Amino acid sequence: MNMPFYVSPEQLMKDRADFARKGIARGRSVVVLAYEGGIAFATENPSRALHKISEIYDRIAFAAVGKYNEFENLRVAGVRYADMRGYSYDRSDVTARGLANAYAQTLGTVFITESKPLEVEIVVAEVGAQAADDQIYRLTYDGTVADEHGFVVMGGQAEQLGRRVKEGWRADLSLGEALRLAVAALGSGDGSASRTIEAAQLEVAVLERDRPRRAFRRLNRQVLADLLAEDTGTASGETPADDLPPAGDVAVGAATPGLGTPDTVPPEVPADTGTESPADEAKAGEAKADEAPAGDSTEESPTEDKPDEGPDAPGTTPGADH
Amino acid sequence: MNLNADLTAGRLPDAFLRPGSSSFVDFLAEYAPDRLPGNRTMPAGMTDPATLSPHATTIVALTFDGGVLLAGDRRATAGPMIASRSIEKVFPADEYSAVGIAGSAGIGLELIRLFQLELEHYEKIEGSLLSLTGKANRLATMLRGNLPMAMQGLAVVPLFAGYDLDKDTGRIFSYDATGGRYEEHEHHGVGSGSLFARGALKKLWRRGMDADAAVAVAVEALYDAADDDSATGGPDTVRGIFPVVATVTVDGYQRIEDAEIARVAEQIVAQRRERGSIA
Repeated sequence: MNMPFYVSPEQLMKDRADFARKGIARGRSVVVLAYEGGIAFATENPSRALHKISEIYDRIAFAAVGKYNEFENLRVAGVRYADMRGYSYDRSDVTARGLANAYAQTLGTVFITESKPLEVEIVVAEVGAQAADDQIYRLTYDGTVADEHGFVVMGGQAEQLGRRVKEGWRADLSLGEALRLAVAALGSGDGSASRTIEAAQLEVAVLERDRPRRAFRRLNRQVLADLLAEDTGTASGETPADDLPPAGDVAVGAATPGLGTPDTVPPEVPADTGTESPADEAKAGEAKADEAPAGDSTEESPTEDKPDEGPDAPGTTPGADH
Repeated sequence: MNLNADLTAGRLPDAFLRPGSSSFVDFLAEYAPDRLPGNRTMPAGMTDPATLSPHATTIVALTFDGGVLLAGDRRATAGPMIASRSIEKVFPADEYSAVGIAGSAGIGLELIRLFQLELEHYEKIEGSLLSLTGKANRLATMLRGNLPMAMQGLAVVPLFAGYDLDKDTGRIFSYDATGGRYEEHEHHGVGSGSLFARGALKKLWRRGMDADAAVAVAVEALYDAADDDSATGGPDTVRGIFPVVATVTVDGYQRIEDAEIARVAEQIVAQRRERGSIA
């Protein structure tokens, strides 16, 4: 019998967080943003069948990045949770907040107790009767919940893309403007020249406030192409309107656990004092690169073919800008 | 099963995270079998179940050019009493199908709620719709689960109609209490007044009718059912309660507005008045 080596809790949590972040960073980003008529979701995803964005319930949708099989499992669980709750009580008793809490507890428990954390980051969004009632929750691999306002970007280059979205986002964007902004951000990737992403390469869905019961709607390619082409194009020129409510404490890196979010449900164990949270270890980087079993064929949607370009480069890790 | 504790304790129960079927009913049978409508055990008793719970009565369905129509009267009876004058027994099952129930109202309504959820659940999990036959079979399976209750007098007899997107046509399915599923052609009716409604349908139905003509035929068939069956309600002009009539076409489920049904009913009454027969 070998005695196990002692590993300090800090080191353990840090290793797990690094591992999860690396897996997530390998995936393509998802942009979630509010527009005047609801909430829009966009990501680059050439697959028409393996979705990263989907409906959970009447007014609630789900978006995820990371390992496909893991977030698909969470998605199905969320649908079951919502349907079970709606069936037991009433449809109006199913809320994004409840679902986000259940996800947070689940992610947190897995992060601490299982041998491998889930390499996922998810958004649960609910469209309300008015814009003020909209809810967007972002959940990370360790169970951290953040209550976001306006927009969220998660995935590979969340930070860069988030900056891009922040520049152009206003609360009263039309759907076309919002999507052009999202797509421009998605294409602005790695600092090099920005790409133009074709409608066929995009997965886009919306929660439309005015739809009577089921607010979720996927935009098919034609509708999407029309929206993207609506006027002269790129929403890049957008300047943030001056006196709008601040674009939120959103963004990338703001995922410090517990930060000003009444609904934050930190996992029980990891220290969430803001200095030791797993999300804070940006420096981790290269050291662990090769030991992660992640380089194998497991990541993202099977169609994902993103070159492995240093997923662990500091700064590309969501929630790690310290 | 401590379901509520599971749902409030925080994390998602393991059963939710387990890979499994796309069926909500299957999931329910595994996770909380006591929640299935058919799984309740009824005490052996002497009360006549017919007086125990309200009964819903006549539902008719007919095909027309480009779709299918489902209609039901609004009366529920408990024995000789009218339990409700405004109950609804015709519902959208999903975007492209509709379901109506005759028989034990409480159980039927619960069954419909579960059936709607079943179809929606499948759609969300799979990202695609079940085929119309698949939906019809699913309803049959659920009905079979209700057999023990049916044996004790609480039978539910649904009528299912939908637009088959693969075959581009409207189709009608009827059921018996054991879960037997039968495809009907052109038109059909279930419930205590169906004998009379079906006679009317047989005379009035024509090939190549449009939706408006189909609405008139359905309302007239229900009128005949109400005329001769005490458990079926006719158009109630005093209270402004009219049958629920819905069409399902390639554009989806659409309930016809009350004002339109009122107009059609008024026409039928006028014709009959003119005819002047008293039998």
